[in-house]
Amino acid sequence: MNPFSHIPTKRELAAEACGSNDHFSRRTLLQGIGLAGLSWLTPLSRQLTLAAETTGKRPKSVIVLWMRGGASQLETFDPHPGSPIGYDSTAIATATKGIQFGKGLEQTAELTNDFSIIRSVTSKEGDHERATYNVKTGYRPFPGLVHPSIGSVLCHELPAPLIDGSTIEIPTHISIMAGRDSARGGYLGAQYDAFQIGDPKSPIPDVRSRVDETRTAKRMDSLNILENSFSAGRLASLEKERTLHQSSIERARHMMSSDQLSAFEIADLPKAEREAYGDTPFGRGCLAAVRLVEAGVRCVEVTLGGWDTHANNLEGVLKQNAILDPALASLIKGLKARDLYDETIIVVGTEFGRTPKQNVTEGRDHWPHGFSILMGGGGLKNGQVIGETDPTGEKEEPAGKVRVEDIHATVLEKFGVDYEYELTTPIGRPLAISDGIPIRALL
Amino acid sequence: MSSSFSRILIGLATLAALMVAAVVGLSFYLKEPRLEELPPSNLGATEIQQLETVNQIFADHWKSENLSPTPEADTLTLVRRLSLALTGAAPSLEEIRRLKSLTEDADPIQSWLTHLFSDQRYSNYIAERLARTYVGVEQGPFLVYRRRRMVNWLAEELVRNRPYDELVRDMVAAEGIWTSNPEANFITVSVIQNGENKGPDEVKLAARTSRAFLGVSLDCMQCHDDKFGDHWKQQDFHQLAAFFAQSDMAVSGVIENRKKVYQTRYNGETEESKVPALVPYSPELLPESGNYRQRLAQWITHRENRAFSRAMVNRTWALITGRPLSSPVDDIPLEGPFPVGMEEFVDAFIESDFDLQSLIRIMAASEPFRRSSSTGDPEAPVTLEQEEAWAAFPITPLRPEQVAGSVIQAGTLTALDGNTHIFQKIRRFGETRDFVKRYGDPGENEFIEDAGTIPQRLLLMNGKLVDERTEPNPLMNSSTRLAHHSPSDEAAVDVAFLATLTRHPNEEESRHFVSLIDGTKSKHREKMMEDVYWALINSTEFSWNR
Repeated sequence: MNPFSHIPTKRELAAEACGSNDHFSRRTLLQGIGLAGLSWLTPLSRQLTLAAETTGKRPKSVIVLWMRGGASQLETFDPHPGSPIGYDSTAIATATKGIQFGKGLEQTAELTNDFSIIRSVTSKEGDHERATYNVKTGYRPFPGLVHPSIGSVLCHELPAPLIDGSTIEIPTHISIMAGRDSARGGYLGAQYDAFQIGDPKSPIPDVRSRVDETRTAKRMDSLNILENSFSAGRLASLEKERTLHQSSIERARHMMSSDQLSAFEIADLPKAEREAYGDTPFGRGCLAAVRLVEAGVRCVEVTLGGWDTHANNLEGVLKQNAILDPALASLIKGLKARDLYDETIIVVGTEFGRTPKQNVTEGRDHWPHGFSILMGGGGLKNGQVIGETDPTGEKEEPAGKVRVEDIHATVLEKFGVDYEYELTTPIGRPLAISDGIPIRALL
Repeated sequence: MSSSFSRILIGLATLAALMVAAVVGLSFYLKEPRLEELPPSNLGATEIQQLETVNQIFADHWKSENLSPTPEADTLTLVRRLSLALTGAAPSLEEIRRLKSLTEDADPIQSWLTHLFSDQRYSNYIAERLARTYVGVEQGPFLVYRRRRMVNWLAEELVRNRPYDELVRDMVAAEGIWTSNPEANFITVSVIQNGENKGPDEVKLAARTSRAFLGVSLDCMQCHDDKFGDHWKQQDFHQLAAFFAQSDMAVSGVIENRKKVYQTRYNGETEESKVPALVPYSPELLPESGNYRQRLAQWITHRENRAFSRAMVNRTWALITGRPLSSPVDDIPLEGPFPVGMEEFVDAFIESDFDLQSLIRIMAASEPFRRSSSTGDPEAPVTLEQEEAWAAFPITPLRPEQVAGSVIQAGTLTALDGNTHIFQKIRRFGETRDFVKRYGDPGENEFIEDAGTIPQRLLLMNGKLVDERTEPNPLMNSSTRLAHHSPSDEAAVDVAFLATLTRHPNEEESRHFVSLIDGTKSKHREKMMEDVYWALINSTEFSWNR
């Protein structure tokens, strides 16, 4: 029997049609699919599963490394050298026998026992904006509703992290160099939006007062007078239940004077450590992510743009790999050195992969039908390869298909979040936190 | 070489002239304003009748619910609301002063509206807000979609106050090239550029049309019958989509291609079936002649298709108050029950032949719009029940560009309108874009009432925009100008309040802020005025519509 054959369930059919299937009972259907999930494993990875570590602890943080533009799976985590779809790309061996990575990922290749690769992620979105939304939130864009990103969900569902017994004073959801794609709180509220920073080389914006303490004190006195007159006769719950204006100012001021702000700074770290990540904004972003997680931050997203290789794909991806490889490998090592890897899930994600066939300009176009996502740490079962794409490029569907939402459900499940829980959205429609099904092989 | 040198000289001379003009203009302005008068206006006889009907229905409702309406908001509050809503910024001091020029027989609110309707800021701003509804905020498909052209077209139509039904028919039935026929961008934004289903996407267009023009969300019905109690069927959605199925792309742009047939696989079916173009209700309103989209456009905008008018009434109310009558703004139950006032506004809109400006005039004159957001009595504050029934004006968050626009406007004393110098316009554009990026833009979901966030507070407390627009700068910034040119400390504080919060300070506020600048001189005085502005701009009142 073909281990990849799969009879779609009613739930999956509904998801195919609609992208949203909150109308079916999850519990009953889940079990069947959970079991079927195991059959996605390639024989090799099934063997590896046995060797993979298991821990019962819950993770505390997640780091999403976002490959903006759609990273080519064929020159990174799912190479098919020598096949009709491999063209001129070459592959390298990894620490796992029989598993290869694209050229340029040598450092990461040595660490394959520290993460798993899902080579069969699929979605229905082939446009950058829509696909980014889809992968970051686990939902397809739906008019009138903005779904929260994974970091926002975690910050919403889990209590605020404590540092030395008191609530953290810096934002717990941080996005580094994301620009317009920065993770959003969506219907959970703008307070769950990621706090955006740029290249950690520059100081974080807007956290330093422009005037001295005497003037600040006077300004705050003036503000109090204005707030008192404004509240008179207005809604009694205005501040607490609607504006959160004064409490946001208070928290902003706490943050401005907090020692924890130093977590954003990487200049004081040893030179050798900084250099290991590569002298690139992304490398610095990854180092800052480690630091921030160390400080207690729940979710950090670091973006590396430049993957939209419609022309000269191979050349383009090699350049990207040169940036990604030292940063990713150092990030894993950095978390391990700080004893944080078991409590930090890392995800290397992208909006879609790239076409098996090259176009006339030797580029690859958008391909949501089987692309790669790396997941590791946080007590997940590492060292596996899940799913398989067709080396001839003929079959559109990968073996052991994993849907984007399943990645979300896996992360949430590992954090102990009841991802099936239905939240009430502003459009009055109850919606599960995630519509996905956890990838059992990783749990 | 010499030519570039002379260019620099000319540039410097122009700059110097501008600076002198600015300083002279300002001191002149602060001392002896001689201003253009506001165009005195009143509601027409029919509008007054319609207004009375609206007011009566609210009065009856408040009575039956035993709710006492809050006092009437003062004129300054009302013009602030209208300027924020219709130009995206609080009014300038210059405009506020013009209110004084009105004679007693002119209605200040109607005169203010006449002033705003004739201003580029109105058409540009509302065009952008409406474009979010019609084409969203996405960048859209490459080459065949030009959002800017679409927004400019909408702005031009708003200047002419073109009847709203005509404007919608243009978009739904649009044909041609997206640059010369900008309304065609309504169709091309949906274009799929690769794969089997290349061309305009009938599914996206049907979903967009139902939400934007009928105020009903049929999106879920793409995949299944309605699960939430309404009577919508999956068939309704696809039959509506079938009206867009013959849209195609050709060398001449968007065309109707009668050969195209729409097929879909319904939920539970195994085979695709051919879908006829049928409207989801009131088939008698669908004309027989014309191509698919022309017929649909006629049906949507038919006077008896009240859902069309309800959608625009609900959106317009949300635009001018910050909160729709029926929420979410684009999901109004087709057969009711409707919120108080909805049907009366709809009657007025239809009777006016879909005159958007007339609708805004009636709304702005209506009793619910004129309510204060405060009872004026700290012992008996506004209740949620009062807000919900519009017996009190609801406090809603300003949109990021409204906050940025108000900071920028507050930083200068004259109106940043169509007559503003191009340098200023470019600077304002860049500042707004940067600010919105950091403040967070809710995008297409315009009327989400999110609470304030820490990054927003940090941005206003320590950010570049507020700093640059309030720091000591005798040429550019109103704070510095007030520090040096006001006849008294009290007057300086009063003008700072008007420029930022569009109101006069109360006694306690005046006393406090005067004490900050009292006896201060030169540089120190400039800094103290900057602190006055800082506090005003960082108040709840500045970032929330009241």
